[in-house]
Amino acid sequence: MRNLIILLLISIIPTNAFALIEVDITRGNLNPLPIAVSPLSIDDESKKSFKKTLNKKDIGSEISKVIEKNLKISGLFNPLDKNAFLQAPDIAHLKPRFEDWNLIKAQALITGKVKNVDDKLRVEFRLWDVLAGKEMMAIAFTTVPNNWRRVGHIITDKVYERLTGEKGYFDTRIIYVAEEGPKIKRIKKLAIMDQDGANNKFLTLGNELVLTPRFNPTSQMVTYLSYFKNLPRVYLLDIETGIQEVVGDFPGMTFAPRFSPDGKKIIMSFAKDGNSDIYTMNLENRIVEKITNHPSIDTSPSYSPDGKFICFNSDRSGYQQIYVMKSDGSNVKRISFGNGLYGTPVWSPRGDLIAFTKLHKGKFYIGVMRTDGSGERLLTENFYQEAPSWSPNGRVLIFYRETKTDDKGEGFSAKLWSIDLTGYNERLVDTPTDASDPSWSSLLSN
Amino acid sequence: MRLNKILKNTFIVLLACFVLSACATSKKSTGQMQGDVYTGTDTIEYLASGVPDRVFFATNESVLTTASRETLRKQAAWLRKNSDITVVLEGHADERGTREYNLALGERRANAAKDYLMTYGISSNRISVLSYGKERPVDSGSNPLAWSKNRRSVTVKAN
Repeated sequence: MRNLIILLLISIIPTNAFALIEVDITRGNLNPLPIAVSPLSIDDESKKSFKKTLNKKDIGSEISKVIEKNLKISGLFNPLDKNAFLQAPDIAHLKPRFEDWNLIKAQALITGKVKNVDDKLRVEFRLWDVLAGKEMMAIAFTTVPNNWRRVGHIITDKVYERLTGEKGYFDTRIIYVAEEGPKIKRIKKLAIMDQDGANNKFLTLGNELVLTPRFNPTSQMVTYLSYFKNLPRVYLLDIETGIQEVVGDFPGMTFAPRFSPDGKKIIMSFAKDGNSDIYTMNLENRIVEKITNHPSIDTSPSYSPDGKFICFNSDRSGYQQIYVMKSDGSNVKRISFGNGLYGTPVWSPRGDLIAFTKLHKGKFYIGVMRTDGSGERLLTENFYQEAPSWSPNGRVLIFYRETKTDDKGEGFSAKLWSIDLTGYNERLVDTPTDASDPSWSSLLSN
Repeated sequence: MRLNKILKNTFIVLLACFVLSACATSKKSTGQMQGDVYTGTDTIEYLASGVPDRVFFATNESVLTTASRETLRKQAAWLRKNSDITVVLEGHADERGTREYNLALGERRANAAKDYLMTYGISSNRISVLSYGKERPVDSGSNPLAWSKNRRSVTVKAN
């Protein structure tokens, strides 16, 4: 994927003159910033050639639609209706008439231009502060035409970063389990899609049960659980080549896999004789290490971003709780002490929080706590939901939710949802089929 | 499940004539070999009249109840008589738990049943264990009765 894109940053000119607009992402945003996304302008010749290769009438306006949808989904921005725009896209890109944009209450404006250069797609865009009447950023890059949706995502990431001060999460993908069929005989396949639901692809055929896929740090590999030949084992899948291999040679079920932050190890549970412990396997030298050694269930391990600690799930106290230990298995400490059961701990990419699933009085919650267990905050409550996964900037969680069936046992569904760390902006994530076990990739163009 | 019952009733009738050839008769059912792995669904219930094929567990528990132990003793007795049969104990959990923990819980439940069969003389190399976690409920209901049916270990014929 990385090779496909030729990112040519020609100029980055952040103008730091005086109080330009800023978006605060640390609180729930009840007043999303009004932003105008002017359709990217395109000359007739380029339009014609891209129409031929991409089968899109106007690729400039298609890209701007991608940007608008991203901005809207973020919950931080309110993209304004294009019909109200007074200035033509090509002229606005050269020099916006700020009074016009002010009139429709836009506070920020994105303009841009696409061009066919030697059968490549060259794009430039600018971000303007309408109130201050200033350019905030100007970037240009060139890529293969097929990457046009990613162009929209990259532009959104740059705008998001300029306005919030934090990296974006739009040029990313989600790997998940696509589900079909009756609840007692679900067919499950690995599937991958862009963060906005586009470009959905199935990676397995559904012949065997597959669960809990997770990306490696470069998002080129996936580790997951497969019931191939009725032997539940952790597997490794190369997304580009489609090559799959079983991880290690364990005489029993391995499950709950994740990569270490350097991508060199897989950490997982191995169950034997009724006891599940946590192990790592080094992918380079195949050395297996046992990390926990306790007669209880130890599972759902997740590394801290610096690789020095592991949070995991154990019922050694009698019930499912969250524990933290050093990555060699020493210094095990329980950190969850609230009412109820705690599962699926997953360390934030920023390092400061652990997201989890909580079961209390018949309800399931997605929440976060600090890594010492303090500051527990529940973000959302439902009949059934679990398995949060962090956006690469640590601002959004994606998880799955299942519905209660009716008296006849019908009406079951499983869907992906996302919610901001603030507890606001809860959204259904569109998938072609039912879906579960989502895992968010890193930023692809980083 | 309904099919199970019908087959079982048919079986009781047949049993009188075919006590000794029970294994042969069971080949009618849906089981099949795929490569070197048996992917069938035959359970002990098909084979032995009056012996339940499964035991049930309380929420989050893997302790065998008195009724479960009786069931397993009957299974053990039958397995001792049919010493060429090997079995898979399939451990399951209800939908009210996180997926990964439930995989471990299913494994723990199936092993509880395995340990008990072993204390009644069934060799460990005749028993393998397979956890499905919450992936294969028998009842799709979202209510306590359905969940209690789904928290189970089922003894499935493996050869």
